[in-house]
Amino acid sequence: MIPAAFTYQRAGSVDEALALAADGGDDAKFLAGGHSLLPLMKLRLAVPEVLIDIGRLSELSYVRADNGAIAVGALTSYHDLAQSSLLASELPLLAQAASQVGDPQVRHRGTIGGSLAHADPAADLPAVVLALDAVLVARGPSGEREIAAADFFQGLFESALEPGELLTEIRIPQGRPSAGWSFQKFTKRAIDWAIVGVAVQDRRVALVNMGQQPVRASAVEQALAGGATPRDAAAFAAEGTSPPDDLNGDARYRAHLARVLTARALDEAASRG
Amino acid sequence: MKVSVTVNGNPVTAEVPDRTLLVHFVREEAGLTASNVGCDTSSCGACTVLLDGQSVKSCTVLAAQADGCAVTTAEGLAGPDGELHPVQQAFRAEHGLQCGFCTPGMVMAAVSLLAENPSPTEDEVRLALEGNLCRCTGYHNIVRAILAASKERVS
Repeated sequence: MIPAAFTYQRAGSVDEALALAADGGDDAKFLAGGHSLLPLMKLRLAVPEVLIDIGRLSELSYVRADNGAIAVGALTSYHDLAQSSLLASELPLLAQAASQVGDPQVRHRGTIGGSLAHADPAADLPAVVLALDAVLVARGPSGEREIAAADFFQGLFESALEPGELLTEIRIPQGRPSAGWSFQKFTKRAIDWAIVGVAVQDRRVALVNMGQQPVRASAVEQALAGGATPRDAAAFAAEGTSPPDDLNGDARYRAHLARVLTARALDEAASRG
Repeated sequence: MKVSVTVNGNPVTAEVPDRTLLVHFVREEAGLTASNVGCDTSSCGACTVLLDGQSVKSCTVLAAQADGCAVTTAEGLAGPDGELHPVQQAFRAEHGLQCGFCTPGMVMAAVSLLAENPSPTEDEVRLALEGNLCRCTGYHNIVRAILAASKERVS
C-alpha cells in the first residue's frame, strides 16, 4: 500500500514549518515520526495534499528541567522518553508509559507530540498527560499559547490545535507532593493499542480507550478525595464514560476492565506514594 | 523528488515520487530485496532496517524522510570478505529460521537490540522482538540465536 499522492516539504525551522503550513492551508499536515499519520494515509483515511516534515527539527527534541517544570519537546521520541534519566527520576509515569508504546521500531520513530496531536483515544500518552495535568504549548501564526491537557482533547482524533498550529512542548509542573503513580494497560498482543488503559499520578486518574477521547475518571477521583479506599473508588471507574464496542471487546467488557485496571493502578500507586 | 540515501555504505540517489516508502526505495532503487514487505501496516517487522543506527519499519517511513541518512539492511551486515555477522552466524547455528521471510527483519531487530543492550536477558530479547512476527512460530530458536550472538560478542 502506498499513500495517495502528496507534495513533500521539509521544514528547517519551526518558523519555516509554520510558514509552510500557512501556505498549505487546510490540505497540509505536519509529519513528525509518521507512525500515526502514514498508516492512515496508506489506508486513504487521511489524504493530505501537502506533508510538512518537521522530523529534523532537533530543537523540538529534549527533556529538561525548566523553571519549576519538566519541559518535553514535542518531537521527543518514545524511545528517548523511555531512556531519559530525568524522567526516570522525576516523572517515571511518562517514561514507563512511553516504554510500552508499540514496539522498539515504533518507539524509535513515534513522538509524544505526534501522538497527542493525533488525539487517538486508544493511544497511551494522551491519558498520561491528562493524569500529569500537563500544559501543552502550541505555536501558530498568531504566536504561542498554552492549552491545559484537560482542554486539549476534544473528540475522536480532534484536538484544540487550530489549523496551522504546531504543538511544540509539553510542560509538567514540578514540586508537588507525590502520592504515587501507575500505568496499566490491557492488550491482546504486546504491540496492540490498549483495549483499556489507566494512568494514575497523585490521585489523578485518566483512562485510555473508554470513549471518544481520553478522559479523567472524575468519579474515582472524587471518591478518593472523600476518603474511599482504592478498591471502593475503583468501582466508579466506568462512570460517565462511553466506551466503544469493537472486535476487542464490547462496552460492558471495557467497563469491567476499567474497574479492574483502576484498582490495580491505585494499589500500585499507593505502594509508591 | 530527488532522494539520496547511503545504503550499506553505498550512496544511492534516485528521482522518486514524494510518496515513495523507504522499503520500496531500498528494494527497487537500491536493488536490495532482503527487506520484505509483509503486513505493510507496521505490525510484522519483516521490513525492519536500521536508519542512522536505529531499527525502523521501512514500510512506515517515507524515502524522503531518510534523505541524507544512512540505512543498513541485512545485506549490509556481512564483512567485506563475506564473513557473516555474529547475529547471522548465530541464526544459522541455532536454526533461527524456518521459511525465512521474517528473518531479515528479525536479524535487524536483533542487531539494533544488541547495539543498545549487549547482554540482554531472555525476557529482554523477547520484549525486543515484540514488533517482529514469525508466522512459522519459530520464536524459541530465534531467541536462542540472539542470546548466543550476545554471548559471542561479549566474550
